[in-house]
Amino acid sequence: MSLRRPAKDQPDSFEFNASSLEAANSIVAKYPEGKQHSAVMALLYIAQRQNNNWIPLAAMKYIAKFLDMPYIKVYEVATFYTMYNLSPVGKYFVQVCTTTPCMIRGANQLVEACKEKISENECELSNDKSCSWMEVECLGACVNAPMMQINDDYFEDLDKQKTLDILDKILNGETPRPGSYRGRVNNEPENNRKTLMDLKNA
Amino acid sequence: MLKDQDRIFQNLYNDKGSDVSSSQERGDWVNTKEITDKGRDWIINEIKESQLRGRGGAGFPTGLKWSFAPKEVGSRPHYLVINGDESEPGTCKDRDILRFEPHKLIEGCLIASYAVQAHVCYIYIRGEYFLDGQKLQAAIDEAYEKKLLGKNAAGTGWDLDIYIHYGAGAYICGEETALLESIEGKKGQPRLKPPFPALIGLYGCPTIINNVETIAVIPTILRRGGKWFASLGREKNTGTKIFCISGNVNTPCNVEEEMNIPLKELIEVHAGGVIGGWDNLQAVIPGGSSMPLIPKDKCETLTMDFDSLVAEKSGLGTAGIVVINKDQDIIKCMARIARFYKHESCGQCTPCREGSGWMWRMLERMAKGDATKDEVDMLGDVTNQIAGHTICAFGEGSSWPVQGLLRHFKKEIEKRNNLDPIVQKKNNIPYLVDQHLLDKKNA
Repeated sequence: MSLRRPAKDQPDSFEFNASSLEAANSIVAKYPEGKQHSAVMALLYIAQRQNNNWIPLAAMKYIAKFLDMPYIKVYEVATFYTMYNLSPVGKYFVQVCTTTPCMIRGANQLVEACKEKISENECELSNDKSCSWMEVECLGACVNAPMMQINDDYFEDLDKQKTLDILDKILNGETPRPGSYRGRVNNEPENNRKTLMDLKNA
Repeated sequence: MLKDQDRIFQNLYNDKGSDVSSSQERGDWVNTKEITDKGRDWIINEIKESQLRGRGGAGFPTGLKWSFAPKEVGSRPHYLVINGDESEPGTCKDRDILRFEPHKLIEGCLIASYAVQAHVCYIYIRGEYFLDGQKLQAAIDEAYEKKLLGKNAAGTGWDLDIYIHYGAGAYICGEETALLESIEGKKGQPRLKPPFPALIGLYGCPTIINNVETIAVIPTILRRGGKWFASLGREKNTGTKIFCISGNVNTPCNVEEEMNIPLKELIEVHAGGVIGGWDNLQAVIPGGSSMPLIPKDKCETLTMDFDSLVAEKSGLGTAGIVVINKDQDIIKCMARIARFYKHESCGQCTPCREGSGWMWRMLERMAKGDATKDEVDMLGDVTNQIAGHTICAFGEGSSWPVQGLLRHFKKEIEKRNNLDPIVQKKNNIPYLVDQHLLDKKNA
């Protein structure tokens, strides 16, 4: 199990803004009547997006009221799932996969790059408070290892220099290009494709 | 090598685009009505005849699973749930189906829903695949627009609604009952079985749960016939499978191949060989991190299917092949996998919650050479106390890789760890460290 605690400094109140409210209502409609509790995970995501990438306790209370369920149930869900950030992570949240398939292809170099550019320790905001990083478990892009995720985007086939370049870009407020950084197309074997050749050449 | 025309996922590398019209060129949605017109029994029989086994890891026969759904819809509606919570280290096949072949999946959902009489289908996608999920959502929206979903979907007379439910980074939600708990808006902690979800599943209603890849191959099987699918591979291990080859190979890739293909062919032909040559191979994890590793000498002749891997005391699992060469420290690799399982244990059953942490800490010390001789056997003991003593298969999944390491690399561990037992007071090594002290402060 992973132990997760809410942040010490919490805002007093939270409310969905108009666009969040609209999104929340359309999600509740996906589930059968009386089963609105199912929407709790999606609503936590909406709260996280609205609140700079993290979920304060006030948001959990608000969602509990919104879905007519006990606050503790929402708290349980928010602390169980690791993608809900319970403390501020910055505008750019860098997650480096270090599970075995990435590890054996050099994920530690990505960690070094993050330490150099962002902060010495994981889950710590960078100097300008715009960015933080952490090691995470398998992100499911093993054939593109080593890789990292920045907010929603996957950055694949990296090494230390490429990671440093990407981090430089985001720290300067630019948007780096997601995808493979060795220029290969999706998950095909690089320069070694032996299948579906007529489609490739078509 | 499998012929190109026998490959089901023609767009695996996105050469053609994934919208409805380009999918139709590949044969999707062409005659869906003709298939459903042949009736439920025909569909289920054809799937049984194809001997398709679930692609999510356990390899349960799909036709049999569908036949468990009640024949008549009673007071409770039926549900179809698609498991796209792909989190097994070494596996990344479902992601490519979600983003490049979404219409194979959606059409499969329609046919499967018809076969098990479900009007609502939930697709559970891991939260990290948000953008891939958005691509699937775009495909679903397009399907609604073209009347391939919704009321009288694709002219079949069957009504179907598909919704995506995102997970949030819990590996355990790939277990089918934990996945149902998660859709119900609870912590993803597995339920006891029985009752099986086919009778009491989502919201207490009959629910059929299948992997993304399983459902995505259904339309092609029904179009080309169960016999065609059964002619590939070998008896009880039929058809094609997407293999993900990662780790120390020259060209890591996803590739669709016939079942029962030799492992060496996969690595040498498709993945460009082991880095440093075949002789530099140390071990292979054949089916995602939870399957025991296989040492080099057996890789020479190994064929990749469910039964031949079980014979080697391993398993095909999700067919995520992780190649480990001799430049890697095998104990460290397994310690990292143990850390993964320690992190992902849901905490419901004590043997798994505590034991996964014990295994990780012991292996970390063994990698450094800080363990005592007797601890090697103790580690084996711990794995046996976890496997088979938990509600779900996570207990097995976390202890099998460690057991595999002990089975094949015991000598290496013993060589590195030859301290005298702690009872002789020559070393001061804490056996059990409080787990909470090791966790991140602010995570």
